[in-house]
Amino acid sequence: MILVEDIHFSYDGIYTALQGVSLQIEKGERVAIMGTNGAGKTTLIKHMNGLLRPQHGRVIVDGTDAKSLSIAELSRTVGLVWQNPDHQLFLDSVRKEIEFGLKNLGFSPEEANEQCTQTLKNLGLEGLAERSPFALSGGERKRVALATVLATEPRVLALDEPTIGQDAHQKERLASMLLDLNERERTVIVVTHDVEFVIENFPRTIAMADGRIVADGSTSSVLSNEDVLERCSLTPPQLTVAARALHKVFPQVPERLALLSELENAVSEILGVVP
Amino acid sequence: MALVEFADFSFKYLGADSLALRKVSASINEGEYVVITGPSGCGKTTLCRAINGLVPHFHRGYIAGNVYVDGQNTRDATVALLASSVGLVFQNPANQLVTLNVEKELAFGPENLGVEPQEIRKRVEEIIDLLNLEHLREKHPHEMSGGEQQRLAMAATLALKPKVLVADEPTSNLDPKSAELILDIISELNKRNGMTVILVEHRLDLVAKDASRIILLDKGQIVADGAPRDILPQDISMEIGVGIPKATQVYKRLQTKGIELSRVPLTGEELAMLVGEVTSS
Ligand SMILES: Nc1ncnc2c1ncn2[C@@H]1O[C@H](COP(=O)(O)OP(=O)(O)OP(=O)(O)O)[C@@H](O)[C@H]1O
Ligand SMILES: Nc1ncnc2c1ncn2[C@@H]1O[C@H](COP(=O)(O)OP(=O)(O)OP(=O)(O)O)[C@@H](O)[C@H]1O
Ligand SMILES: [Mg+2]
Ligand SMILES: [Mg+2]
Repeated sequence: MILVEDIHFSYDGIYTALQGVSLQIEKGERVAIMGTNGAGKTTLIKHMNGLLRPQHGRVIVDGTDAKSLSIAELSRTVGLVWQNPDHQLFLDSVRKEIEFGLKNLGFSPEEANEQCTQTLKNLGLEGLAERSPFALSGGERKRVALATVLATEPRVLALDEPTIGQDAHQKERLASMLLDLNERERTVIVVTHDVEFVIENFPRTIAMADGRIVADGSTSSVLSNEDVLERCSLTPPQLTVAARALHKVFPQVPERLALLSELENAVSEILGVVP
Repeated sequence: MALVEFADFSFKYLGADSLALRKVSASINEGEYVVITGPSGCGKTTLCRAINGLVPHFHRGYIAGNVYVDGQNTRDATVALLASSVGLVFQNPANQLVTLNVEKELAFGPENLGVEPQEIRKRVEEIIDLLNLEHLREKHPHEMSGGEQQRLAMAATLALKPKVLVADEPTSNLDPKSAELILDIISELNKRNGMTVILVEHRLDLVAKDASRIILLDKGQIVADGAPRDILPQDISMEIGVGIPKATQVYKRLQTKGIELSRVPLTGEELAMLVGEVTSS
C-alpha cells in the first residue's frame, strides 16, 4: 500500500510543484494519474520510490515511512519508469540494460537471461536484445525502459507516460502485460495523457492541476465531470464524444458508452428501424 | 518539382543490419498537410530526419536514391541551409532545446537564419502569446516538465516561420487540451498561411480531420498513401496497428453488417451527421 500524506515539494524554493497532495493506493489497484502539463504528476510519482523526498508531509510504503528507506531499498518495492527514457538507459546493450536490474535482485544469470528474453518478446522487442539502446527508435527506447522495470515484476509499478511513442498494437501488448501483472497482485500506477488507454484499462483516475489533486474516483466519473475536465485540461474519451453527438440527434442513445460495440449497436438499432 | 520529393530513397544507419527506409518515393506539394503513421520502428523519424538533412549529414549510413527539398538535393545541402525551408520538431523535445530560457530559445533559430533583431523580438512575443508560454518565460528548458518542453520545442520551430513544418509526434507529452490547441494552431497556419505540414502521429483521432493526406509506413516502406477517408478504412491500417478513430471503426463494423454510410466518418460528430442523413432520407 502507498500512503501519501499532505506532501509539498518545490524545485527552486519559489514555485511549488506540489502543494499538499494526499492519496492512498491499495495493493492490487490500477490507478491513472492525469492532468495539466506542469501539474506535478512526474514530481508526485518520483516521490513514490524516493527519487524525490517531500519537503513537508510523508510517504508511507507498505507501512514504513519512506524517509527511513534508501532509493535502492524503495526501488525493490516500487519500480519507476521515467517519462524520458534517456534519463533511465545507460548501458551499451538492451539485454545488459534489462539483466542489470534482474541480477541486482539476485536472479541467476540463466534466470535473468530467460526473464529478459520473455519480457522483450512481450513488448515486441525481440531481435533487439543485442542492440545499443541509443540506436533505437523513440518508441523502442521507451519499451526498453519499460522492460527494465516490468522484467523485475516489482510489487508496485509506477510508470510515467508509458504509451509515449507507441502504436495501437504496442499499446494493447503493454496493457495486457500490465493486466497480467495486476492479476498477480502487482499494483499499477500510470501517469498518462492518453484518455483512451485510461478508460480501457484503469478503473480509478486521479486528476491533477497546479500541484493539487482535483478529483480522485472511478475513471468513468472523473472523465465525465465537465468541471474536472476543464480544470485539469482533459478531454472526454472519443466514445463519449461520439455518443453525445448521436444523443443530440437520437435521444435514445445514452450519453455515456463504455465500449465500441455499444456504440456500434446503438447506431445499428437506429438504422435498423429505417425501412 | 514538388516541395519535398523522395525519389527511390533508401537509408540504413551505420552499424544497423536492415534498412530503416527502403525505396521510398513520394511527392509532397506546397500547402499539403501530410500525416505520417505506422508501427513503432517503421521509419517515421528517419523520414523526418531525411527531410531536414540530419539524415545523412548527422546520422550517417548507407544511402541510395535522393531527397529534394525546396529544389535542393539534401545530399548536397547542409542542415543549416535546409533550415531556411524546413523546421523539425524532434520526437524527444529535450534533445532540441539548447538555451537558458524561453525567450532565448525562441530567438535562437531566427538569429541563426539572420532575421532582423526587431522582427525576432516581434516573433518571440507573438509566439509566447499564441502558445501560452508567458508563465514559463524565465524558466530553464531543462527544468521544465515534459509537456512544457514539448510546447517550447514546437514554439521554437514555429518561430522560424518554416515553409515546411516537420513535427515528429508533437503531442506525445501534451495534456489533451494543449494537444488540441497546438494542432489547431498548426491546422490554422496550414490553411491560412499555406505552411506545408508533415506530421507524425499515432492517434489519428487527433489529426485525421486536419490532414489532406496520410502516408502509411511499414518496415521502412510506404504501404499506403492517400486521403484519410480512403486510407483509414483499409484493412492494412488495422493490421499494422494504426490508431484508427472510433467513428471510422464503427463505420467499418457497420459495413460488415451491410450498412453503408454515404462517406467515411473521422469524428463522432460526423458519424452522428451521417447516421442522421440515412434516417431522414
Ligand atoms: N528539474 C526541475 N527544476 C525546476 N522546476 C521543475 C523541474 N522539473 C519540473 N519542474 C516544474 O515543476 C512543475 C511540475 O512539473 P512535473 O514535471 O511534475 O509536471 P507534470 O505534471 O509531470 O507535467 P507533464 O504533463 O508536462 O509531464 C512544473 O511547473 C515544472 O516546470
Ligand atoms: N541511430 C540509429 N542507429 C541504428 N538504427 C537505428 C537508429 N535509429 C533508429 N534505428 C532503427 O531504424 C528503424 C527506424 O527507426 P525510426 O526511429 O525511424 O522509427 P519510427 O517509425 O520513428 O519509430 P517510433 O514510432 O518508435 O519512434 C528502427 O528499426 C530502429 O531500430
Ligand atoms: Mg510529467
Ligand atoms: Mg520515431
